[in-house]
Amino acid sequence: MSKTTMTRRGVLKTGAVAGAGVALPTIFTASSAAAYTNEPTGSSVTLGFNVPQTGPYADEGADELRAYELAVEHLNGGGDGGMMNTFSSKALSGNGILGKKVEFVTGDTQTKSDAARASAKSMIEKDGAVMITGGSSSGVAIAVQGLCQEAGVIFMAGLTHSNDTTGKDKKANGFRHFFNGYMSGAALAPVLKNLYGTDRNAYHLTADYTWGWTQEESIAAATEAMGWKTVNKVRTPLAATDFSSYIAPVLNSGADVLVLNHYGGNMVNSLTNAVQFGLRDKVVNGKNFEIVVPLYSRLMAKGAGENVKGIHGSTNWHWSLQDDASKAFVKSFGTKYGFPPSQAAHTVYCQTLLYADACERAGTFNPCGVVEALEGFEFDGLGNGPTLYRAEDHQCFKDVLVVRGKENPTSEFDLLEVVEVTPAAQVTYAPDHPMFAGGNLGTCNPGA
Amino acid sequence: MLGLNKKDTSLMIVVAILALFAPFILNPFPEGSAMAQFNAGYPDLMQRFVIFGIFAIGFNILFGLTGYLSFGHAAFLGIGSYSVVWMYKLLDYNVIWGLPLAIITSGLFALLIGYVSLRRSGIYFSILTLAFAQMSFNLAYSVLTPITNGETGLQVYTDDAQVLLGANEATSPHLFGIVMNSSAKLDLGPWSFTFNNGYYFCAIILLLVFYLAIRIFRSPFGMMLRAIKSNQTRLNYTGLNPRPYALAAFVISGMYAGLAGGLMAAMDPLAGAERMQWTASGEVVLMTILGGTGTLIGPVLGAGFIKYFENIFSKINDNILHQWFAFLPDGLEDFVVFIIHPFIGKGWHLTLGILFMLVVIFLPGGLVEGGQRIKRALSRKKDADAAKTEPAE
Amino acid sequence: MDAIILQILNGLDKGSAYALIALGLTLIFGTLGVVNFAHGALFMIGAFCAVTLSKILNLSFETIDPTKTDFLGNPLKVKTPYVMEWFGPETGAAIIDWAVPLAILFSIPIMIAVGFIMERGLIKHFYKRAHADQILVTFGLAIVLQEVVKYFFGANPIPTGAPDAFKGSFDFGVLLGYDPNVIIYPYWRMVYFFFAALVIGGVFAFLQFTTFGMVVRAGMADRETVGLLGINIDKRFTIMFGIAAAVAGIAGVMYAPINSPNYHMGMDFLVLSFVVVVVGGMGSLPGAVLAGFLLGILESFASMNQIKSLIPGIDQIIIYVVAIIILLTRPRGLMGRKGVMEE
Repeated sequence: MSKTTMTRRGVLKTGAVAGAGVALPTIFTASSAAAYTNEPTGSSVTLGFNVPQTGPYADEGADELRAYELAVEHLNGGGDGGMMNTFSSKALSGNGILGKKVEFVTGDTQTKSDAARASAKSMIEKDGAVMITGGSSSGVAIAVQGLCQEAGVIFMAGLTHSNDTTGKDKKANGFRHFFNGYMSGAALAPVLKNLYGTDRNAYHLTADYTWGWTQEESIAAATEAMGWKTVNKVRTPLAATDFSSYIAPVLNSGADVLVLNHYGGNMVNSLTNAVQFGLRDKVVNGKNFEIVVPLYSRLMAKGAGENVKGIHGSTNWHWSLQDDASKAFVKSFGTKYGFPPSQAAHTVYCQTLLYADACERAGTFNPCGVVEALEGFEFDGLGNGPTLYRAEDHQCFKDVLVVRGKENPTSEFDLLEVVEVTPAAQVTYAPDHPMFAGGNLGTCNPGA
Repeated sequence: MLGLNKKDTSLMIVVAILALFAPFILNPFPEGSAMAQFNAGYPDLMQRFVIFGIFAIGFNILFGLTGYLSFGHAAFLGIGSYSVVWMYKLLDYNVIWGLPLAIITSGLFALLIGYVSLRRSGIYFSILTLAFAQMSFNLAYSVLTPITNGETGLQVYTDDAQVLLGANEATSPHLFGIVMNSSAKLDLGPWSFTFNNGYYFCAIILLLVFYLAIRIFRSPFGMMLRAIKSNQTRLNYTGLNPRPYALAAFVISGMYAGLAGGLMAAMDPLAGAERMQWTASGEVVLMTILGGTGTLIGPVLGAGFIKYFENIFSKINDNILHQWFAFLPDGLEDFVVFIIHPFIGKGWHLTLGILFMLVVIFLPGGLVEGGQRIKRALSRKKDADAAKTEPAE
Repeated sequence: MDAIILQILNGLDKGSAYALIALGLTLIFGTLGVVNFAHGALFMIGAFCAVTLSKILNLSFETIDPTKTDFLGNPLKVKTPYVMEWFGPETGAAIIDWAVPLAILFSIPIMIAVGFIMERGLIKHFYKRAHADQILVTFGLAIVLQEVVKYFFGANPIPTGAPDAFKGSFDFGVLLGYDPNVIIYPYWRMVYFFFAALVIGGVFAFLQFTTFGMVVRAGMADRETVGLLGINIDKRFTIMFGIAAAVAGIAGVMYAPINSPNYHMGMDFLVLSFVVVVVGGMGSLPGAVLAGFLLGILESFASMNQIKSLIPGIDQIIIYVVAIIILLTRPRGLMGRKGVMEE
């Protein structure tokens, strides 16, 4: 060991001496010389795509990565332009961002806050990324958002559904396009009321960590407001794979609706187990027993197979939407990869475009300029209808989709059908709503 | 020197040189060159090398010397991190409050867990430590959220007490005003080297604890620990009770882990519960075995090896591969990229798994044995050279 | 009372999965003395045997249906499985439906082969090496196996249903005089329980009543003496390894309909299976089975709402609490033999 490094050092020394000769005088730059962290000085700008590449969310991460690559291609003027053509802001012209070619680095969050921060740090410290984006869980999003605030770069959140991301953990440098638990509740409640009536008893099974709790709180509040009773809220361990012992007592509890506040592998297993127990064939209190999965994702629905049929939930976006923007995105993604994009892919594609556009409009990559350009920004043409990036909490307010597992899918991608598009006004809440209270946006940090 | 024999002194000097010149050693490739992808000389990774090195050195004091295989050391790592972040929240960002506390709390927990677990030996001991650590992790992730902030990880909020926070004080971890995350950059032609305060802070602590580890290895106490490993029954017959010694080793290694955890929070003010999961405990076991159990430098090498692959290989993507092999004809380029593709980016686990197997199959003593073999091969050659050149002198 | 009966059913079901996995592990770990971190991976491969068979049965040819369109607006390609084409739609559908039970036949030779290759190619060379080295090499192997599966099947869970005949649940409560729907249990989980009992019984009978089993048991107790008697114990140990792999594999096959298989399911079970084996006691097959059921039942009880409201979070840690209590009160677990993995 010592041998090899010694020789390495030897090589290095000669190299360093030669280098010093060329670049006299030797420059000692403190990192505070730049105007802001990682100011791009060359002909290109580097973005950091930090997605889960290993672990249970690896497929979702892979889909995000595909969308990022597509977005970069479009920003640099390649491909068919996708949603750049339908986007209401016309600042982007396909010559990169502010004339600089867009380059990117990728990293693995492993869906762990520590690993995600390590990966984001390496992008900032080593690769000079000026913006970090991606992720597939709220824990990671909040951890990386905090890091970006400290480091002075922009964070464009990927898939994160916890109220906290733009609630108690909101940060000036962080932005979320994805919807949240409150919005899921507000969008689902009226649909559930129409379908199942106002006299229902709900039983919640909730993943025992912060995202699960915020969603449980949101859904329970929304359903109770329309007259449902909450029979029980049961927390299930994150590591649980078999939910039988949590599902078995449901039927005898007097509940006639089961709400599964689970995501990913937890959701696939709990839903599969619930259907296994035959809950859906039962009649309780004279009503058909129903199951609700508030946060749906097509990739996860695929994992649950036939069990999703007829089960309602909400989602940020779905490829079967028929507006021009969604069609343009599905076409451009589908042509390149051969299958339709997931909601995770859609949200990260939008985030990349929104960031690029904000830089163009601000005329700078300086995080403070970008923050100013994005705050209160109203846009359309990205597949969710007219949307507002609210200044108070950096949350996007847009339509939310209520979807249902399709009874007769025509292909392996055709798993969900859109039941209702809940308008943005109905899911909007006050910035100081109690579920989002306690946070402080702070001021933008340009770093350096 | 400093109570070390000649061999240990030279080892200490080598480690000191490696640690202090790491920003150069780990950045051998010029900025912007294709090989720059393999540079590891950026603050975060250098800090991780050193911190996990400390963790593994401590683990090795228990496992390498006494043979007790703890599968729950990550619990102490987490406890150390939480201690430091809580000090940020209550007092201020100066790491001087948190780090001693991290060592003390993890030491206390180690005393408790060690006292109970050391009533058993072998696999029974391993499972007891695993059970304690998994309990800590599961509770920290869920029920203990008010203390640990659960999934999100414990972090500092602007409305925290921070009673000692001065008006002009830095708002990130620092040691009496030396801010951990600030760095100086040295540009030498195409090369660029980063000197980070936090890294040097960790490196100095590494040197201190490495020195301490050498002293423990060479002390009568260390001999006693080795005796536990080689034959506990015989130790019993000689009228010595081995358990207090084993417990002392357990507590010391727990304190090393707590220090490592504290340093993690000192570099980056966030403490995540995953730090306590069994995978994290397993990682330090792998680091130690991979580097060479019972050797002084081995665990540090093992830690560096695993962290390097985790952070460097996971970031190589197809685009980069295409850049590297752009000189090949198109068809061949695609083919080469296709072959390498499963091993990089999202496939870094696969590469690591294969390397684990190769190392353990071909180097039974871990990476240290690899180093020794190279050294032997070189010195044999040198001897031959020396013999040849002698007449000319 | 009904809640307790329900959780006993759950516990038996969970326990049968734990016991099956632990049984295979203890054959390798408790008796051959190899710390096999790849055991979870064997379970996972078993489950993917079921996935693979169902994929093979679903191999399809495409016909174009011009009346429908796919997501890009092109004419829809309709897939028809070859099995349906060859055997007619109904028989074909039935074959596909029974993929999981069929996969048991398909998986046994595969798993035995995997076990042989693993033992002859790798583990054999590690019998005399330190446990630490065994951990490193089998953990490396587990990662490699897992990543290979991920490469071909992706990271998402893959739904693999039970035959339609076993869908739905059975109403136990009515038999016991309760109201309908009070105590119901899914058919497939009951199948799993009986299947596990069968396999466990089979392995015990094999070791207890055959000459082969006798030699292996003698070899576990004192390998060298058996070797000195001129008996080729190595060959028998290889076969044991194959059997252990097969037990883990079929446990995985049958588990596939309970939870959709994914590539990291082995790692999820790994820690738990080690805890079960050690709590049962090293070197004891009955101990492993007993511990599996015990932990399964206690875990189910801990997840009862009444108990959770008494001690919050108890279901998160029950397994570990029980493990600690048992290991502190009984030095070698429930039924451990002296001197196995105690040094």
